Amino acid sequence: MSEQPSFTLDGRRIPFRDGQTVMAAALAAGVYIPHLCFNPEFAPHGSCRVCLVKVNGRVQAACTTPAAAGQLVQSEIEELREIRRGILQMLFVEGNHVCPACEKSGACQLQAVAYYVGMLAPHYTHFYPRRSVDASHPEAVIDFNRCILCELCVRASREVDGKNIFAVRGRGINARLVVNTPSGKLGATDFSVGDKAAQVCPTGAILLKHHGYEIPIGQRLYDRKPINVVGDVAQLSESRGGRRHD
Amino acid sequence: MAESSTLAQTIREIVQRHGGMSTRLLQILREVQDHFTWLPPETLDQVAEALGVSPDKVRNVAEFYSFLYTEPRGFYDILFSDNITDRMLGSRELLHYLCERLDMEINTTRADGLVSVGTTSCTGMCDQGPAALVNGYALTRLDKPRLDRIVDLVNSRTPLTEWPREFFEVTSNIRRADILLGRHFADGAALRAVLKRGPEAILEEMVKSGLRGQGGAGFKSAAKWISCRGAPGDVKYVVCNADEGEPGTFKDRVLMQDFADLVFEGMTLCGRVIGARQGFVYLRGEYRYLLEALKATLLRRREVGLLGEAILGDPGFQFDIDIHMGAGAYVCGEESALIESLEGKHGVPRIRPPFPTTHGYLNKPTVVNNVETFAAAAKIAVEGGAWFASRGTAESKGTKLLSLSGDCERPGIYEYPFGVTVRRVLEDCGARDAQGIQMAGPAGHMISARQFDRRICFEDLATGGSFMVFDQSRDILDGIRNFTHFFVHESCGFCTPCRVGTSLMRDLVTKVHTGHGTRADLEEMRKLGRIMQVACHCGLGQTAPNPVLDSLDQFPESWERRLRSTAYEPAFDLNAALEEARRLTGRDDPGAYLSGQDLLIGAMP
Ligand SMILES: Cc1cc2nc3c(=O)[nH]c(=O)nc-3n(C[C@H](O)[C@H](O)[C@H](O)COP(=O)(O)O)c2cc1C
Ligand code: SF4
Ligand code: SF4
Ligand code: FES
Repeated sequence: MSEQPSFTLDGRRIPFRDGQTVMAAALAAGVYIPHLCFNPEFAPHGSCRVCLVKVNGRVQAACTTPAAAGQLVQSEIEELREIRRGILQMLFVEGNHVCPACEKSGACQLQAVAYYVGMLAPHYTHFYPRRSVDASHPEAVIDFNRCILCELCVRASREVDGKNIFAVRGRGINARLVVNTPSGKLGATDFSVGDKAAQVCPTGAILLKHHGYEIPIGQRLYDRKPINVVGDVAQLSESRGGRRHD
Repeated sequence: MAESSTLAQTIREIVQRHGGMSTRLLQILREVQDHFTWLPPETLDQVAEALGVSPDKVRNVAEFYSFLYTEPRGFYDILFSDNITDRMLGSRELLHYLCERLDMEINTTRADGLVSVGTTSCTGMCDQGPAALVNGYALTRLDKPRLDRIVDLVNSRTPLTEWPREFFEVTSNIRRADILLGRHFADGAALRAVLKRGPEAILEEMVKSGLRGQGGAGFKSAAKWISCRGAPGDVKYVVCNADEGEPGTFKDRVLMQDFADLVFEGMTLCGRVIGARQGFVYLRGEYRYLLEALKATLLRRREVGLLGEAILGDPGFQFDIDIHMGAGAYVCGEESALIESLEGKHGVPRIRPPFPTTHGYLNKPTVVNNVETFAAAAKIAVEGGAWFASRGTAESKGTKLLSLSGDCERPGIYEYPFGVTVRRVLEDCGARDAQGIQMAGPAGHMISARQFDRRICFEDLATGGSFMVFDQSRDILDGIRNFTHFFVHESCGFCTPCRVGTSLMRDLVTKVHTGHGTRADLEEMRKLGRIMQVACHCGLGQTAPNPVLDSLDQFPESWERRLRSTAYEPAFDLNAALEEARRLTGRDDPGAYLSGQDLLIGAMP
C-alpha cells in the first residue's frame, strides 16, 4: 500500500484524499482555517474570502483550492491575518451588526471568526444600509441587516430542503438576499424550523422565534473557548450549543 | 383579459423564436424589453412559464444586467457613456444640457414617461465621443446642436428609424495598419489550409507563431487549442469574446465592423482544429448596432459554403456560429462569467479550476478567445507561423491593435509590432503634451512621462489594447476617481473584498480628491488595494485598485496637493462651509474646492 499523499500546512503534515480541497483536508485533520461561506456539507462557494491561505506562495481560497501532494500551505501568518481582518471589517461595515443587541451574540460564527482573526473594531466607515426585518413567519425571523451573503441558506434550501426559498439578487454592492415569493415575505413560504436552511446561517440573520436568550450571555458557545477549538455553530448539535438537529 | 393574453402571446412568440431554450434567456429578455421598454413583473413570470424555468431564475438575470430594467423606463432611453475620455470631450456638460432642455433630472424618467436619461460605462466610442446609447444604439460625436435636434426628435416622438443616419455613424479610424489590418485576406483561405494540411499542421504553425491571447492575459493560444482538442468529449465549443468592456478599448468593435469575415474564419478554423461544431460570438450590448450586419455576414458565409454543413464541400466539416448579445456587464468579459451568461444565467465568475478548455459552455470543453486572437489565427493558418513570429519581441510575437483616445490629435486604431515604445505611439498619434497614460484600461497601469520609453509587450507593458492619454492640463485624479466609480458599478457582488472594497476605495478617493483627506487616507488606500489585489475571486476585483496604487507611486504630487494642509489645520473649515454653495450650483469639479494652499493664504493676516 502506498502512503497517502499529503501537503504541509504551517509545518504540519496534512494527508488528503483525491479530490479534497485544502480546507476539507485540514478540517479532517483537525486543523482550523477560518471560514464563513464554507460548510463541509455543501459544495464550496468561495465568496467570503475569509479562508485565504498561501499555497506555494500564492494567496488562494483554501475552500476552493484542490489539495495536491507536496503543497506548501501557510495559514497562521500575520500577512494573512491582516487580510482576513480587513475582510471581516468589510463585512461588519457592509451590514448593520449591533452585536450587543443580537440574540446570536456569543454563538455567532461571524463574531467568533472576527475575534479569532484579531479584529477589534470595524475600522472602515459604516455603510449603514437600509435593510428590513421580516417577522412574518410564525417560527422564524429574518434580519436582513445581518446577512453576509454567504448563500448557505440559499444552497441548503435548494439542495437539501428542495424548496428554493432564498436567492441573492442584484449586482455589486446592491446584491441582497431575497425570499422567493411575490411578497418577498418568509411567512408566504413553506419554510419550517426543521429545514436545513434554518440551521446553516453563520450570523444572526435567520433566528428561530421562541428561543430567545435561553442560554445567558457569558455562557454561550464562543464565550469561553474560541472557534478554532469549539468548531462551527452549524456543525454542532443543539445539546452542545449548536444549531444542528440530530 | 385581452391585454394580458396578447402579452402572453407576444412572449410565447419571442420564446419560440429562440427555440424555447433556457440558454437563450438573456436574449429573450432583451427582446421582451425591446417590446415593452422595460420588464414588468408579469412579463418575467410569463417568460419563466414559457421556458419552463423558475421565476426566481428569470428575476436573477433581469436584476443583474444594467441594460435590463425591472422598473419603468422611458420610451427613449438615453445613456451617456461615462468614460473619462468622454468626460474629457465635455460629456458632463452635454448631459446637463440635455436634461435641462428636456426639463428633467439626470438618472430619472421624465414624468410623461417618454424619456429616461442616465449614464453607462464606456460604450467603446472613445475616438468619436462624446458618445451615448439611445435604446441600445450607439450615438457618436455629440454636441449641443446635435442634442437640440435630439430633443425635438424625442418630443415629437419620432421613431428611431427616422432619426438622421449620421447620428449613428460609427467610423473605424484605422490610423496604422500592419500585418493584421494591412494585408488582403481571401475568404476561405484559412479553411482551405486546414483541409489541405490537417489540424496538426495548423497547430504546429500556431505553436511556431507564438501567438498569445489578445484579450490581455496573454495565454499561449496554441496551448489552449491543444488542451481543448485533447480534452475528452465529443461535443466542444468555440467562443469569441467580443465583450470589449475595458474602458478605452474599441479595437474589437473595428474588427467586428470591418473584418468580421476574418474573425468568423478564425473561429471556424478553431472549430475544425479542436473538433467543435458550434461557435458563439458574445457581443457586448453596446455594439447592438452591429448585429444585423454580422448576421448578414454569417448568412453569406453559409451561402458560399464557408459555414454550416459541409464546409468547402467536405461533409465532415460542419460548423456554425450564433451571436449572443450581452446587456451591460463588464464582468461578463471574464471568460467563465461569459460562459455563465451564454448559458442564460447572471454573470458570476466560476471557481477555477476547472478551466473552460475542459469544462466550459454546458460543462463541455470550450476555447474562449478574444476577437483579435481569432483574426490573427486565421492569418497564421494561411501565411504560416514563422511569418507571424518575424514581428514582435522574444516573448510577444506579432502585432497588437491599440485603441488610442484621450488627449491626442489622431485618436483611433493603431497596429504595431509588439515592442513599440510608448513614446513612439504618442508621436504617431499626435499627443504632444502627455502627462500620463492609462494603459490597458482602468484594470491596467497608469504610467507617467518618466516611463514613456517602456515597451508595449508582455515582457514589459502588457495590454488588451486600451491607451488613454492625459495631457498636462488634466487632473490625473479625475481619471482615477472615474475608474473607481466604474469598478463599483461593475463589481458582480459575489465576493466580499470586491463587493465592499470597491465602494470603500471610491469613498476614500473621493474624500481625498475633494480636499478632505489626510496622509492616513493615502496609506489606507494602499492597504485596501493590497487586500483587494490578492483576496478577490476574479480579475475584476484583483485589478480594480491598480489605477489608485499606480498613481500613488507615479503621481504622488497629484495626491499630495489635495491633502488637507498638514502644516496648518484651520479651526473653521472653509471647504465644508462651501458645501452648500457647491450643491446649489451643481459643481463638483476640483476648482470648486479650496486646496490646503488656498486655506493657508486665506488665513494669513
Ligand atoms: C473582468 C474581466 C473582463 C474581461 N474582459 C474581456 C473582454 O472584454 N474581452 C476579452 O477578450 N477578454 C476579456 N477578459 C479576459 C478573458 O477572461 C479571457 O482571458 C480572454 O477572453 C481569453 O482570450 P485570449 O486568450 O484570446 O485573450 C476579461 C477578464 C476579466 C477578469
Ligand atoms: S441569511 Fe445567513 S445563511 Fe443566508 S446568505 Fe445571509 S448570512 Fe448566509
Ligand atoms: S472580484 Fe468578486 S465581486 Fe468582483 S467581479 Fe470578481 S467575483 Fe465578482
Ligand atoms: S470559506 Fe472559503 S471563501 Fe468563504
